[in-house]
Amino acid sequence: MSPELIGARMKRYGGLDHAAGRTQFVDDLRAPGMLAAKVLRSPVAKGDLLHIDTSAARGLPGVAAVITAADVPHNIYGPGRLADQPVLAQAIRFRGEPLAAVAAIDEDTAREALELIRIDIREQPAVFDPLEAMADGAPKVRPEGNLFLFGPHPFMYAGEKPCREICSGSLEQGFASADRIIEGEYRQASVEHAALEPQCCLAVPAPDGSLTVHTMSQHPWLHRMELCAVLQMAPHRVRSVSTAVGGGFGGKSDMHADPVAALLALKTGRPVKWRWTRQEELLYSTHRGAWRIRFRDAVTNDGRILARDVRSIRDGGAYACYNYGCIESHCSTVAGPYAIANVRIQGYLVYTNKPPAMTMRGFGVNEAAYACESQMNRIAAELGMDPLELRLINAYRNGDIMPNGHRLESVALVEVLQETARAAGIELPAHLQAMSSQARTGDL
Amino acid sequence: MKKRGIGIAAGMYGTAVMGGGDKSMAVIELRPDGGADLLLGSVDLGQGSTTVLAQMAAHELGIPYDCISVHAMDTAVGPFCAGTWGSRLTYVAGNAVVAAAREARQCLLEAAAPLLKASAVELDISEGKIVSRGNPEASMPVAEAVFKSPLIAGRGSYAPPMRLPDFTTGKGNCFHALAWGAAIAEVEVDTETGEVDLLRLACAYDAGRAINPMLVEGQIQGGAVMAQGQAMLEQLYPCYPTVDSQPQTFHDYIIPTAMDIPGIECRIHECPSPEGPYGAKGIGEITAVVPHPAIAEAICNAIGVRIDEIPITPEKILRALQR
Amino acid sequence: MKYMLSFTVNGAPADVAVGPTETLLDVLRDRLGFTGAKRGCETGDCGACTVLVDGRSVRSCITLALTVQGKAVTTVEGLARDGKPHPLQQAFHDHGASQCGFCTPGMIVSLAELLEKNPEPCRDDARAAIAGNLCRCTGYVKIIDAAMAAARSPHKKGGPA
Repeated sequence: MSPELIGARMKRYGGLDHAAGRTQFVDDLRAPGMLAAKVLRSPVAKGDLLHIDTSAARGLPGVAAVITAADVPHNIYGPGRLADQPVLAQAIRFRGEPLAAVAAIDEDTAREALELIRIDIREQPAVFDPLEAMADGAPKVRPEGNLFLFGPHPFMYAGEKPCREICSGSLEQGFASADRIIEGEYRQASVEHAALEPQCCLAVPAPDGSLTVHTMSQHPWLHRMELCAVLQMAPHRVRSVSTAVGGGFGGKSDMHADPVAALLALKTGRPVKWRWTRQEELLYSTHRGAWRIRFRDAVTNDGRILARDVRSIRDGGAYACYNYGCIESHCSTVAGPYAIANVRIQGYLVYTNKPPAMTMRGFGVNEAAYACESQMNRIAAELGMDPLELRLINAYRNGDIMPNGHRLESVALVEVLQETARAAGIELPAHLQAMSSQARTGDL
Repeated sequence: MKKRGIGIAAGMYGTAVMGGGDKSMAVIELRPDGGADLLLGSVDLGQGSTTVLAQMAAHELGIPYDCISVHAMDTAVGPFCAGTWGSRLTYVAGNAVVAAAREARQCLLEAAAPLLKASAVELDISEGKIVSRGNPEASMPVAEAVFKSPLIAGRGSYAPPMRLPDFTTGKGNCFHALAWGAAIAEVEVDTETGEVDLLRLACAYDAGRAINPMLVEGQIQGGAVMAQGQAMLEQLYPCYPTVDSQPQTFHDYIIPTAMDIPGIECRIHECPSPEGPYGAKGIGEITAVVPHPAIAEAICNAIGVRIDEIPITPEKILRALQR
Repeated sequence: MKYMLSFTVNGAPADVAVGPTETLLDVLRDRLGFTGAKRGCETGDCGACTVLVDGRSVRSCITLALTVQGKAVTTVEGLARDGKPHPLQQAFHDHGASQCGFCTPGMIVSLAELLEKNPEPCRDDARAAIAGNLCRCTGYVKIIDAAMAAARSPHKKGGPA
């Protein structure tokens, strides 16, 4: 054993290759006979594609193939049982949804071919605001409605409940003994992952009909399963390589370029690269979903939180993606890292006619923390209390039980708060400095 | 006028997938040059998982870090991994690598025992050499033992224990290796222009055990600046007056540059997780879960008005000051 | 219509027939195989495509290839000297200044220009030098640390003639 390796500042594996410009990202790869792909995207946010005519595009010199929904063996992908997104759409649910794809000798030719594709779309009313989407009579993003319906159990996805609900204790009791009730509503905008490397895929077919997909996946194994379902190919016939990834942050947790590049490669028998522009990334890729989170707290004048009632609404965009997982981790943590006996949390997932929302560094917990910590600061301000002290006295300790039933161990919140205060040059009073995350002995 | 304010926030983040069961695997094969090939299905997005996993393999095998070659991110090469998300690789893939390395080490010691005329239990590996604890004379380079033996390899697989919530109550012990963090931000706001200068950010995170503190610092600094963008700059939707005003390039979707960043004071706290390798917890996401509310609060604190939506742009500050 | 472009890349002459709308980045990456410069935005905003033209840093994604006629282009691949990494390349490695590595080549080229012009930069000089290079991973701190460490190196100047 070489104990000095654990906790050592070892240099990055392959770090010198990064610095020398030797690391090969997907767009750095070329294959003989490689074609370039471009995709025709929907100009409207909601509608039906009634007719598509690709004959002129197919006839353009330099064009190797044009595909539409009719060319996709299984035109649906996404995470497991929640798969609901078409590779090439006919029922359009967001502006920029792919409708057709071209493979040509270069990007300029592919772009020219896109302009020759004739489409006939019957536009329908769209809805972009989640609150409007929740109202009666709102345009339907999806035929089944605009609310994701939750199952009876957090790991049984679809069901009949309009929100995921986590309750503990009794709100009524908590609010009955409060000195004051403090409310706040917090909103957070959609954010782009903005990894420096844009989406790109190079699909290389082999003479035996198998396929190698050079991609930038945060989980090549799951994406290969999703891709094989689309292509209706056995998993061993598809090899997924994700050798270097130029940043992810959740933006590469969903397949973006793989299905189109793979379909075109199989159709033409030649390698096909589809790389997204930064404009496509910003307009049409997944993103951190927007949230609106309302807090209503029962508080005592000495800074105890007796009850907390939270309602969160997530703008999920047009498809399921991993929105469901975001709701689950959000609801499990939105009451904050604080011991509160009486809690109700309700999380709504709303569909709108926007590109699908996705996880981004924090999986719903990031946005939970923004709302909860802002509420804590509002409470501190209203009580005239030091916000550090408010957190320290309510902080979770070992043995506490969270609203979702989790019993805590290896808790270090008090300690990291103390450490942060030291790092900021703030001297804590002795009674706060003496606190620790040890299990509580008396009441809260 | 320039006004200063401070803000604080705290947070928690559970490592890996809630409920458990998300598997990662590793295979280690020793080479006759004394090094080892580490086969993984895990993707390094830049956070440094490959480095950390190679460190663990070298540590367990008793060979230098430089002797580990990692072959990852290819479904034709490495075994299954459930993916790079949920801050899970150090913890889940880490446990798999430790298990694989321990099996390979045991395999090597058993092969070396007859060569050194010793029993495997009294052998140890250190700095690329197999040595006998009882008899310092009996030693052999790892390379030689591997060369003289059949395949020396180890397999490792790990999934956080399945802890599904109870079917009727929907509750359970679902989290693994919760990590903790806190941040304090100080800003200066120009009340005439609404511009905010994020002066400094102090933060501390519980990494359980920092396998590589340099990489943990990288996560803290990167997370802080990403959170700064979220608190002060970045907004894809809603966009107004129409959907066509949506940002389409990096000059209308602004992420923080080197000119924007604060002084960042970061501290690593180590409260070991009983489940993580060497006590490690996931640190990738919590580092971006805590700073933005602290920055938002510092701005509100400076101007004396609450703004309850991020990003808090100069426009929102000026409007709030006019209320 | 193609025109013959003659220039040098990392000291070696290159002659390429290029169209009037082709960018320097296209020519370097797709025609000559210098993939160190990255395509991150194609609007000159992110800096991942930064290369030196006669010692001055430019965004190769918004530089028309024909404008470098007769000039000397240096990419990140051309900074090493005698088989040894440029001090900035070594310092980036030593100080953990790269994470995903996609912005790294552009960062290093921008900083190499700084060290040529200003042998004793302060941290703010380094910040200003990379003001047009975006990084989403590192928060820039370790990049600036690496720049300062490289500035202390005796071999910080150089690159191919």
